Amino acid sequence: MATTERSFIDAVWDFFCSLKLTISLLISLALTSIIGTIIPQGPVPPEYVAQISPIKLQIYTKLGFFDMYHSWWFITLLYVFSLNLTSCSIKRLPHVFKFISEPTLVLAETMRNSFSLKKEVAFSGSLEAGREKLKEFLGREFASPVVSEHNGEYHLFAQKNPWCRLGVYVVHLSILVIFVGAILGSLFGYKGFVTIVEGSSISSLETRSGKHIPLGFDLRCDQFSATFYNTCSPKEFKSILTVLENGKPVKDYTNVRIVVNEPLTYKGITFYQSSYGQSNEESEHYFSVAPLHGGTAERFAAREGGAVVSLKSGATFKLLEATQEVRQFMPEFSGPAARVEVTFKGKAPQTYIILKNYPEINAQRGDELIFNYEGSNAKMYTGLQVAKDPGVWVVWLGCTLMVVGLFIAFFMSHKRVWVVVSKGHVRMYANASKNQAAFQPQFEELAQKFGDLKI
Amino acid sequence: MTSSLLFNVTTLAYMASMVVFFAFIASKNKSVGVAGSMIAYAGFIIQTVAIGLRWKESYDLGVGHAPLSNLYESVVFFSWTIILIFAFIDIKYKYRVVGAFVVPFALLGMTWAQLGLGNGIEPLVPALQSNWLLYHVVTCFLGYAAFAVACGISIMYLIKAKFEEGASEASAGGLMAMFPPTRVLDDLNYRAIMIGFPLLTLGIITGAAWANYAWGTYWSWDPKETWSLIVWFVYAAFLHARFTRGWVGKRAAWLSIIGFAATIFCYLGVNLFLSGLHSYGSSKM
Ligand code: HEM
Repeated sequence: MATTERSFIDAVWDFFCSLKLTISLLISLALTSIIGTIIPQGPVPPEYVAQISPIKLQIYTKLGFFDMYHSWWFITLLYVFSLNLTSCSIKRLPHVFKFISEPTLVLAETMRNSFSLKKEVAFSGSLEAGREKLKEFLGREFASPVVSEHNGEYHLFAQKNPWCRLGVYVVHLSILVIFVGAILGSLFGYKGFVTIVEGSSISSLETRSGKHIPLGFDLRCDQFSATFYNTCSPKEFKSILTVLENGKPVKDYTNVRIVVNEPLTYKGITFYQSSYGQSNEESEHYFSVAPLHGGTAERFAAREGGAVVSLKSGATFKLLEATQEVRQFMPEFSGPAARVEVTFKGKAPQTYIILKNYPEINAQRGDELIFNYEGSNAKMYTGLQVAKDPGVWVVWLGCTLMVVGLFIAFFMSHKRVWVVVSKGHVRMYANASKNQAAFQPQFEELAQKFGDLKI
Repeated sequence: MTSSLLFNVTTLAYMASMVVFFAFIASKNKSVGVAGSMIAYAGFIIQTVAIGLRWKESYDLGVGHAPLSNLYESVVFFSWTIILIFAFIDIKYKYRVVGAFVVPFALLGMTWAQLGLGNGIEPLVPALQSNWLLYHVVTCFLGYAAFAVACGISIMYLIKAKFEEGASEASAGGLMAMFPPTRVLDDLNYRAIMIGFPLLTLGIITGAAWANYAWGTYWSWDPKETWSLIVWFVYAAFLHARFTRGWVGKRAAWLSIIGFAATIFCYLGVNLFLSGLHSYGSSKM
């Protein structure tokens, strides 16, 4: 009974230590990750729902495909991955430490054949004199050796960089560190989004998970502006922000310029320029209308989506939407524009766009009334991504460890040299843990000097 | 623009280099092999000058930025890095014939860029106005290029291995004698990935650092990010394959080829078939 229990535990342990499991996990992670790049993640767009069958929708929802990187099975894969990593390291690390702290000082006869880097020279002096000479030689040309005596032979052992055997484990540890950082961020941080109308301020935000969080200070948007290249692609989106504590501007955080790629951080909370728009609630837009064949112009005001305006001529006017910059919709034009619905008496309503900067185009329409857009008192708002992530430094620490570890694991090697002094001959053996080919010329130089040595 | 003339010369040089490498395989004449490498290096130098010129030209146009901002520029840079990594392996390990399987990748890139892509110099949209662009793109593409070289070597490996299985030793002479032994190809494959993997890791990290700096999220499972991680997983599997019995040799070569296929999908497929933050030249913020 006890033995079967024991062997079951052993089997589980071996399973979690196995490198076959590692490869299977890495390939499974690679394959399953594809799902989330094909199926939309987050709130499912209605167009997508319309595309797929209800059964598919149900299966996908059950399997968490719409948020697959947080689904139970993906997280389980990551747990098993971490377990594999941890148990594998626990199993191997003691051997590695032992390997480093208790190196093979004496090279057994049976091991000597396996070396590809070796050199033998004839030798007739006393073993002790040879030993001293070679000790000095190794110390000068490679590294100070440890000398031991065995079966009437002297064994000199010297090594360089034994610790780089740990590089791989630094890489593995770094993965766990990154996971810890990510978990810290998800437990103690949040992501959110705020919009601030020019001239106004906010003191709290709603996170992506729907929680209301007070900032502990106020953030005011003084101004927002967007500029464009003349190819009409965007050039810069800029907010001028001021942090207020108890209603007073904070020094160094007053009139700060925020653009994409240059965020503002205050008290661990960072604000990123993300979007913008025109705040059309409550604002008035001004229009003028004149008969095509002369006559006095009439000026009037309208609100977006607001009431229908009746004009003197009997036509009615409704403002559908207005923008301060039409370029993003009609690349060949720039400046403010309004989309309006005009209904002439007894006719069907018609919708069109009035451009503020192009009155001649408005006139070309050839209707009996010419409308012009005169501007508005509308304000811009800025949209800011908000993030707080206390785990991010742990993630960067993990990333640094990973890069350093990879460098050690791939580009440094543990080099070992043994010299065996026996009656009649001295033999040198060497190997490197990585990149033996690069070590070879180094060894050959050492062997050359070894051969030239007068002993 | 002078640079685009020089890019045409580069393309011709890579084409000539490829043809000469094929002639090298057929003729087994050592000096033909040297010529293949030399022509590739000449093309590389011309391309380096052309990239520098294009950089300068962007400043002359008043929209100065490193030439890494749209698909055309990135494909050109990709070709450049492939030859760079090839040169490194060629000079260090001296297996000329590798060129016959690697230079075609660079040629393919240059041909596509010159014939199929618009080469106008465009101003940078706000999202790309950052020094991180340079660090991120350079590390990623050097990594991709090392994987391209590894893929070429893996194809050689599979051809050679198939031949050794099927044919007797006697007939294994001829063309196959030009190929390095499978053991060496396996080692070269591993070495190329040893260069590529840390670079891809750095590429992913600089991308994450940039995303965190610009958007406040170092990882958002955007399709491009996810695909770079998929590529990373495949090569991590490759690295562990050599410690696992039954996974060395052919399977490792296949992993390397699959890894490069995933790399190309990450680079181009994601932009063509999936949507996300990385659409080249789109006017996202
Ligand atoms: C479940 C996860 C993992 C386990 C159990 C695992 C285990 C191992 C083991 C046992 C070795 C061999 C060490 C040696 O004897 O030299 C190794 C090597 C290595 N591992 Fe992992 N590993 C895992 C995941 C990863 C990941 C995700 C990476 C990605 C960076 C990685 C990077 C490396 C590297 C770079 C080497 C050295 C390879 C070489 O020298 O060729 N490992 N791993």
